[in-house]
Amino acid sequence: MRLRTRPASGGFELYAWFFMRVSGILLILLALGHFGYMHLLNGVEKIDYEFVARQYRTPFWKTYDLLLLSLALVHGANGARTLIDDYIHARGWRALFLAALYTASFFFLVVGALVIVTFQRVR
Amino acid sequence: MLVKLKILRFDPDNDKAPHFQNYEADVEPTDRVLDALNAVRWYQDGSLAYRSSCAHGICGSDAMRINRTNRLACKTLIRQVAPNITLEPIRGFPVKRDLIVDLTGFFEQYRNVMPYLVNEDPMPTVERFQSPEDRAKYDDTTKCILCASCTTSCPIFWANTDYIGPAAIVSAHRFIFDSRDQAGGERLDILNSREGAWRCRTIFNCTDACPRDIKVTKAIQDVKRAIMSQKL
Repeated sequence: MRLRTRPASGGFELYAWFFMRVSGILLILLALGHFGYMHLLNGVEKIDYEFVARQYRTPFWKTYDLLLLSLALVHGANGARTLIDDYIHARGWRALFLAALYTASFFFLVVGALVIVTFQRVR
Repeated sequence: MLVKLKILRFDPDNDKAPHFQNYEADVEPTDRVLDALNAVRWYQDGSLAYRSSCAHGICGSDAMRINRTNRLACKTLIRQVAPNITLEPIRGFPVKRDLIVDLTGFFEQYRNVMPYLVNEDPMPTVERFQSPEDRAKYDDTTKCILCASCTTSCPIFWANTDYIGPAAIVSAHRFIFDSRDQAGGERLDILNSREGAWRCRTIFNCTDACPRDIKVTKAIQDVKRAIMSQKL
């Protein structure tokens, strides 16, 4: 019950909290921008392979989507980390769940980023 | 009016697990839940155990779960919760008996944040003056009566009893933002830990539960921001 003063992870939790605030605000703006461009300015009937290929000719949309992907994944993964931290107390299970979470997040981040960065239009 | 009371009872000497027991009490709609409890204890079942001291919402001894919400029995009117009233002890601390919980851990957490004025300057001959603006910064958190309603309504505390809890952070807030105090940095260091302010997930149960209407979640956010501006 006694609080351990100044444990090593205090600093990390501070940065994690700050990151959640900043990424949360950015994600709202990015998601609104994505929604506005895709669904209001264009519309689902116009979105096909050619549309995406045309978008990815510009570094702007590649950067935009890369930012959206990485922020959403890391924001979500950190949220899941806090859930595991709050509710899984057995050390072994916690390590297992965290390892699975980090592995899956890293995998999806790398695969998603690869698709965006290396995208080449196939004729 | 006749109210039905369903009270979670537990006697560690005789019971293996807590169980509900039903009572009826004839009370006025303008009576308090505490009056209904007294009516049971004084005239029906002297073995019923609960805490109460001032009975006027100041000492904070009779916090309990009334119809599944943390409230003070002495501040909750019968008409607000009648006719069926379920009473349980506050959650997260070991039950000593019936509606009485062991608050040793709660006060240990409270003591961890140094809940007293620290000022190393020579003792002044008059009061330590403070502007009304400086006083206003921590006015809300001076209202805490340490009833534990906030801490024991927090789902994160239910899952982690090591979490320092909203009440201790509110007590720290009261001194961190006091212009006369000199140990704010030390308190922020204590709260800048995994079981400190960062364990708060902004659920707002504490704010809803506070019988003194302290904006508990806002106070915790103030502390988080203060830690951030100190460290970054």
